[in-house]
Amino acid sequence: MGGVRTAGDLVLRMQLAEKMKIDEAKSYVASKLGVTVEDLCDVVTMTDIRTDLGLGLCHVEPSGKEINGIMAKCRIEEVLGIRINSVQRFKENAGILSKEARR
Amino acid sequence: MKEEKTFRTRMGDGSLVRMTEEEIRADIWAGTEDAVRCGKVEPMSEEDMEKLYDIVTAPGGVVGVSPGREIVLTNDSGGYKINVKSQVPLPKEMETLLYERCLGCDSVDIGNTDYNFKTAKGIAEREAGALQQALQVTTMPLLYGAMPDMGFYTQPDGPVGNWATLLPEGKIQEAWEAQEQAVKHSVKDITFVAEKMYKAGADGINLDTCGASGDADFLASLEACEQITSRHPDLPVEIGMAGEFVLGMHGRLKYKGKRLAGLYPHDQVKLVEEAGASIFGLVVNTNCSRSFPWNIARTITFTQACTKVAGIPVHADVGMGVCGVPMVEIMPADIVSRADKALVELGKVDGL
Repeated sequence: MGGVRTAGDLVLRMQLAEKMKIDEAKSYVASKLGVTVEDLCDVVTMTDIRTDLGLGLCHVEPSGKEINGIMAKCRIEEVLGIRINSVQRFKENAGILSKEARR
Repeated sequence: MKEEKTFRTRMGDGSLVRMTEEEIRADIWAGTEDAVRCGKVEPMSEEDMEKLYDIVTAPGGVVGVSPGREIVLTNDSGGYKINVKSQVPLPKEMETLLYERCLGCDSVDIGNTDYNFKTAKGIAEREAGALQQALQVTTMPLLYGAMPDMGFYTQPDGPVGNWATLLPEGKIQEAWEAQEQAVKHSVKDITFVAEKMYKAGADGINLDTCGASGDADFLASLEACEQITSRHPDLPVEIGMAGEFVLGMHGRLKYKGKRLAGLYPHDQVKLVEEAGASIFGLVVNTNCSRSFPWNIARTITFTQACTKVAGIPVHADVGMGVCGVPMVEIMPADIVSRADKALVELGKVDGL
């Protein structure tokens, strides 16, 4: 689907986390982002959406405002309403989230 | 006399061939019939055969799906296709960034270049370190992948007897026992590695090329998947197959009461589902001596039977020598894109 160029990473996260088939996963992500299913693969629309929500991009103007990697994944967790293991581990290791809270 | 129009396509070994409309239609029919005969599945409808003919003969080099029909990608790259296979010296942590930022991949898996769990076990801490580093800087899902590759557990360098040599000697009981022991070793190693990767933050575990050593290999994958997902419901597992048919190297092994030997994709997916996996990687073998129309028709027939019953996403394996793709190292985009389009639009797969 184009990964972070579009919404491919987000749709795949729903397949992994919730075992959603492709149509259900795309509809879910589209509804969470407030776009149509066709928009999910449109690089222009998705660049705007990902920029506004800070969900990570494949190409950014160099600046301290870049949100990618673990920062973007913290936001993706919230936007999609799922738990991302790397985010949970990061928070746990950074002392933001206790092991007990994770359980 | 006017020469009959021909279309450029390829054989299963990748060689170029020109075929007439009649020849293409005949091969689509024959490929479908072969899948029906082997898998005891329903044939593709005549309407779908017509659509497949249009895909095979579509003008242009690369073809694509209609907007809105795009699907996602997982893979078994191991994060070493660029640094090892293409000899571009690059740490695999950084290679994942190329997949994400330059190639637009939906995900990638990190793995050891010697892509099997037995080898990965010995360096699991180091592998987990690389994965953790990559997870800090990438946004897309990162899985840890390897093959169960149960042949690695056989003598002389492994702990159990080699069933491939025991069977021809008529030592059936010994071959059975060797495979049963290898399943235990394999499950132990897979779950050990998975545990390390879970703690490093992996987005999932990719059990790749499952069933390569036969039914025992598939059993190890299913049992390992069940243990991983029971212990960590938030650690998804993808099970990708080695071939379309589970070889009965043991012959008597069962999972949840179902005999594994001889299963085709539409039966494999139900067991993978029961084991708790999130994604099933479907394989249909490519016949090198047959044309692309024959191979892709056969693939779509098996795929339709599988996606029809699947309760989890199905990702078609479209690498070298599987799902209509020719048996070549460097992929011809004309055929790969046609195989992809057919798998999405006719096979109804959820990913590649």
